[in-house]
Amino acid sequence: MASAEPDTPEAAGERRGFIKFFCAFIGTFISVVPFGAGIWAYLDPLAKREGGAGDGFIKVTTLDAIPTDGTPAKFAVVADKVDAWNRFTNVSIGAVYLRLVDGVPKALHTICPHLGCFVDYRQGKNDFFCPCHNSNFKLDGSLAKGVSPRAMDALQIDVRNKTEVWVKFQNFQPGHSHAVSIS
Amino acid sequence: MKSLLDWIDHRTGICSLTREALFENIPGGSRWRYVWGSTLTFTIFIQFVTGVFLWMGYSASSGDAWESVNYIQNEMTGGWLLRGIHHWTAQLMPVLLLLHLMQVVIDGAYKAPREVNYWFGVLLLLLVLALSLTGYLLPWDQKGFWATRVATNLMNLIPFAGPEMQKLVVGGTEYGHHTLTRFFALHAGVLPGLLVLLVVGHIYLFRRHGITPAEPVIKRDTYFWPDQVFKDTVACLAVMVAVLAVVISVHGAHLGSPADPSEPFSAARPDWYFLFLFQFLKLPFFAGDKEVWGAIYIPGIAVGFICLMPFIGRWKLGHVFNIGIIFVFLGGAGALTYLAKQEDVAGPNSATYLRGVLGDTRDARRVTALAKARGIESTALSLLKDDPKTQGARLFAQHCASCHRYDGHDGLAVELTSAGTLDELENRMGMTSRFFSGDAVHPDWLARKSGTQNPWQTVQSILDAETDGKFDVIASIELQEKQSAPDLKGFATEQWIRDLLDPDQYISSRYFGGTAHKDGDMYKKFLNRKVSKYDAEQLNMLEAIAVALSAQAKLPSQAATDQANAKQIKLGIAYLEDDIGCIDCHAFGEPDPDADGPDLTGYGSRQWIVDFVKNPEHKKFYPDNNDRMPAFGVKKILTDKEIGLIADWLRGDYFKLPADAQGH
Repeated sequence: MASAEPDTPEAAGERRGFIKFFCAFIGTFISVVPFGAGIWAYLDPLAKREGGAGDGFIKVTTLDAIPTDGTPAKFAVVADKVDAWNRFTNVSIGAVYLRLVDGVPKALHTICPHLGCFVDYRQGKNDFFCPCHNSNFKLDGSLAKGVSPRAMDALQIDVRNKTEVWVKFQNFQPGHSHAVSIS
Repeated sequence: MKSLLDWIDHRTGICSLTREALFENIPGGSRWRYVWGSTLTFTIFIQFVTGVFLWMGYSASSGDAWESVNYIQNEMTGGWLLRGIHHWTAQLMPVLLLLHLMQVVIDGAYKAPREVNYWFGVLLLLLVLALSLTGYLLPWDQKGFWATRVATNLMNLIPFAGPEMQKLVVGGTEYGHHTLTRFFALHAGVLPGLLVLLVVGHIYLFRRHGITPAEPVIKRDTYFWPDQVFKDTVACLAVMVAVLAVVISVHGAHLGSPADPSEPFSAARPDWYFLFLFQFLKLPFFAGDKEVWGAIYIPGIAVGFICLMPFIGRWKLGHVFNIGIIFVFLGGAGALTYLAKQEDVAGPNSATYLRGVLGDTRDARRVTALAKARGIESTALSLLKDDPKTQGARLFAQHCASCHRYDGHDGLAVELTSAGTLDELENRMGMTSRFFSGDAVHPDWLARKSGTQNPWQTVQSILDAETDGKFDVIASIELQEKQSAPDLKGFATEQWIRDLLDPDQYISSRYFGGTAHKDGDMYKKFLNRKVSKYDAEQLNMLEAIAVALSAQAKLPSQAATDQANAKQIKLGIAYLEDDIGCIDCHAFGEPDPDADGPDLTGYGSRQWIVDFVKNPEHKKFYPDNNDRMPAFGVKKILTDKEIGLIADWLRGDYFKLPADAQGH
């Protein structure tokens, strides 16, 4: 007995609308699942709110370590740090500039509010200078010249036990005209 | 053999595929200008192969990345070659991409029906740049760390979701493990995958439409094989030879010191092909809130414009306009790149920038040597933080150098090779040298006659004086604050004490000339009144005292001489106690409540320095006549560990590389 001729592709296609729809739908669905799982995990940082224990203040130094002539000095901020699966104790998490203004300590973040480079203190000119895009700041952190959208970020300071200088260390989003804390 | 080939071909069609690939018609014959696409395919092949092998030695975590790259570069057999090929090929790729793009635009190969293929090419260019950007961070050194911070911070400027996008790319709010794992996944997985897809599509479309012959077509058509393949092979060989020549001459690729968020890095720069964008953002037009224009909108518009070229090219003068625009873009980018480099080596802040580069290289060499000699217990960064030579100098610069000096500088100066003559000094200061040589000298840095203890002067002032000689040069600028306390280079060595006991030296700025001690009893009643009138025999006694006192320090650099001078040391102690009478004012050997000068027992030893720095007003030192020295330990300005690091650094008591074993 002669075998039946197969349908032409066009004829087969006309009769099998459901099967085509099923293949397209299921094919899309099963392809999306691994991507979905991956993207869900990839978005994890958006779901995390990072905040340290306590009031956020970290002991940085003592009043005696800050130059009395009003020039700023750089101090590393040392604290415990959680980096994904690791917890590090007493590591540098950043740095601040401290200076005395009429005997009162003031703190400025060392990170440039423009695009996040480390701002240098220039002894010769007694000012702050970002070595990346040349923003120039006065000693009080205000912008003297350059492309930075705002002044250097001031940090809250608290003197405890008469001599201990505690700073509320936080990072801010660069590139904006107003300081927005990163959390 | 033929039957085997037939068997395989029958089942795979490989022979016909190969035939199809090799016998493509090339209108107008083979040309050297067609080689760029093949060289790029070859460089992608190199990057895939070397990248996969690098992957076998790389560990993407903030505690391991630098360490694993250092291991590849400095410990693994052939690792330097592998890394060097990967790095330098990456440096070459933007050049080849530009050449390829120019060839395509100039020959009009972007025109219909090749628009889609042209866009594939533009996407490939962007992908390669993205691969370079992500790869720059992976060694986790200071250079990559700070440059990538800038690059990722630019994402903040993207309207609506910038901060969220940055958080996703960085893997959180802080740079750490997940920044590396995400960048590595992009660099070794996502981007190469896309690259393969696009390259396959690019070649498929290229074959579909064929080569666009460069006008005028004067030669007859040929096949791809063998004429064009020969030219492509020669070009790929040239690429390989160029890469290997650089790799071998610099022994791999540079690795900076480990990333440290608390240490400034004055030389943070993107790789050279992004310098034009870096410089672009310095323009005053992009100040304040307009940054987003320079960082995102204008580059986006430029890329969009390049993508529109096939349509612009349809107009009568469109093609000429496109060629003109490409040259304007390239000329502008080239000029900005030059300006960026020029500002770095000769601009107002160039002394700091160049010193930053040298300081990073010094720290990188140091930590590599420490890692090799001692192994890495936790991280390479902790090796540096616990290293007296590195951290002691940093602490000295921060806490001590406002009054003291270390060989005339703040302790952080980078020693350069001496200049044999004034002409050599001038040549090294020239722009050519500053652009291209690692041995360059900046006019604001300091120099002095070699072998002397003269004060440092700026290189410029030495050149102005025009006195020839051999000069020592350091990468350091003049400090703002005047020296007002002793220079502690060589503290407690025989020579240092010998000079201390010289009346003229004692009241010079090198010792106590800037302090209240210049009016104290040591100078007035002893050095000026007695020592200045000593005869030869008494001066010999003083010399023995200097040797004996220095031996109290037990300096590692003097261990051999202390042993050899045992007899003189014994005599010196006798003179100190009896003939010269140092113990009239100083305690020695046992506590003396009546002493008003520093206790000389263990003078210059680690414990003595630590105790002194902790509290100079302690009864052992200057209970009543301390000048201005803060009690760094008592007032908790420095921790015990930090004071120990300074003491060890001053004493030269640290791991020595063969190069610095001769002195400290």
